Amino acid sequence: MGKPIPLSGNYAVAYAVKAADVDVIAAYPITPQTAVVEKLSEFVANGELDAEFIHVESEHSALSAVVGASAAGARVFTATSAQGLLLMYEIMHIASTMRLPIVMTIATRAISAPINIWCDHSDFMASSDAGWIMLMGVNAQEAHDLTIAAYRIAEDPRALLPVAVGYDGFWVSHTVEPVHVVEREGALRYAPKRVARYVLDPERPVTMGSLGSPDWYFEFRVQLQDAVEKSREVISEALREFKQHFGREYREVDGLYTDDADVVLVLMGSAVGSAVPFAEEARRAGLKVGVVNVRLFRPFPEEEVLKHLEGAKVVAVVDRAINPGSSSVGPLYSDVAVTAFKRGLDVPILSYVTGLGGRAVMKSHFEAMVKHAYGFVGKRMRDVKTHYSFVGVRE
Amino acid sequence: MLTEVRWHGRGGMGVVTAAELLAYSSILKGYYALAFPEFGAERRGAPVTAYNRVSERPISDRSPVLEPDCVVILDPTMVKRETLRGLKRGGFVVANTARKPGELSELLGHEYRYATVDATRIALDTLKLPIVNTAMSAALVSATKIVDLEHLIEALRARFSARVAELNERAVRRAYESTEVA
Amino acid sequence: MASLSGWRTLPPGAVILEPGSSVKYKTASWRTLRPVIDQEKCIRCRLCWTYCPEPAILELEKPYTAKSGRTYKVTYEIDYDYCKGCGLCAEECPVKAITMVEEVR
Repeated sequence: MGKPIPLSGNYAVAYAVKAADVDVIAAYPITPQTAVVEKLSEFVANGELDAEFIHVESEHSALSAVVGASAAGARVFTATSAQGLLLMYEIMHIASTMRLPIVMTIATRAISAPINIWCDHSDFMASSDAGWIMLMGVNAQEAHDLTIAAYRIAEDPRALLPVAVGYDGFWVSHTVEPVHVVEREGALRYAPKRVARYVLDPERPVTMGSLGSPDWYFEFRVQLQDAVEKSREVISEALREFKQHFGREYREVDGLYTDDADVVLVLMGSAVGSAVPFAEEARRAGLKVGVVNVRLFRPFPEEEVLKHLEGAKVVAVVDRAINPGSSSVGPLYSDVAVTAFKRGLDVPILSYVTGLGGRAVMKSHFEAMVKHAYGFVGKRMRDVKTHYSFVGVRE
Repeated sequence: MLTEVRWHGRGGMGVVTAAELLAYSSILKGYYALAFPEFGAERRGAPVTAYNRVSERPISDRSPVLEPDCVVILDPTMVKRETLRGLKRGGFVVANTARKPGELSELLGHEYRYATVDATRIALDTLKLPIVNTAMSAALVSATKIVDLEHLIEALRARFSARVAELNERAVRRAYESTEVA
Repeated sequence: MASLSGWRTLPPGAVILEPGSSVKYKTASWRTLRPVIDQEKCIRCRLCWTYCPEPAILELEKPYTAKSGRTYKVTYEIDYDYCKGCGLCAEECPVKAITMVEEVR
């Protein structure tokens, strides 16, 4: 491993996309993602990256353009945030059911209204039912590495699925930190360009994107579900081999101090970085706190998450988004709770919603959560009257 | 050892770039470092805050710095007690002011250490613009020795075009020499 | 439905491997009214051909001599395999040469 260079999360992603030697990029600027495609347009303009950069008038068009390019067999990239992702939402389903290996990064940001350009996970979570593989990096290095891994996963013939790589808007996208950059040669050795069996090719014509009448539609949706489910193997293989190629190890789920923990915090994104030192401090004060970082969100890594919850007395799921009126309130909570229920894990599982719209997630917030959660030690889920609370909000 | 820095200034002074330069310099020295702004809507003249964490070991926490080891003030009108909130006892105040460190000590309290430099003067002389970020980075380096002056200059060259880097190098060298510490 | 493939064996992503297979999908059964062209009245203006959304108007190189003695090089006919009976051609015909008549099955 060479020397790290200082890069923001956004630039780290741009360098990854350059290393992956993409053929077509289409994107529309939106804070906090803009710097990714600004940097990429610079790479294309000065000849460092030989790619088509398609200027489009909206995110809807950006994803549509890469859908077309991917269908023609190109390695493609797009990036967005918040409202832009919601505008892409319609096309996200088309990309996944058409089984196009598109890679997109999401600098996570709150959804309007009120207008807010800052970080939370509302956009990422709102798009999590679109049949994409979804990963979340906690820092610039992970955003870089997971973007490269995403190409290998997406284009694997066993997967053939679009992959979204999230990383926190501003907290990661605009934070400068040391990043070990993967070079093109290494990236292509790890993730060689693989063209799908069926592409738009005048020599071997096929039809894509046709009508799926009631006689056909259901089959293709089940096919998508099956593909996402089976992609687990492809993902874990890609992460394993990432370590062999580049020395950095990523797992679908990280667990820290979960073996003997009373309270296990389950969370995603950059706040993991604050939860870990908090847990270390809490342990010195006699509180057995564990931390689980959910790096892979779709397909949800049930086994890997469960492994870290089995000894817990209370599970505290931290969400940076609200699914208003749902039975879970927190979207990550929903997956954790269903996973636990399926395995008969009967401990209180609590939902803590925090850090919306750019509000920082601080040590004091974790302190409040853990203090509250300790009140449920020894209880069962049925003893919990209200399972959710908001941390760091004014009453 | 973890060093946490908080920068205060106004939009247009280059506060965010100052924090990035410190991170660049620290990474060049072989440290781990984070630089991140207090993310606001960017407008000229609005108060801007940025943060650094610098350590010999990897840094995971990227929440805002509440108890800095060092507060750097780019705007002379912000040299006041409330700007120092959370600053550790014995921590450094590095200020852009024509005043002496001793004067600030009288004004803001004896529990801190002070370093002052007339960065506005230096910036106007060298850059012909009141952009004080590089001079203040140099003042911070001069006072704390967190990195070497040469790391900062190397970072300037990496970050800016040759011409801009050269002008800023002049500002940096002069600020480094003329920073007074008490 | 028993003869259609299941999801495990269908090509991924709803790709249709046989090009131009939509010609197999005949839409004539949708029709309740069928357009009929009166070749005597037709002035070969091509408007029906232009407007037909399907397109199910055939422009055939088939000379036709009207009773008036005027000779045309082409003849327009309806492709009754695909015509859905929307009636646009009849609506647009400037000389009312197309009539919609009830489909008898």
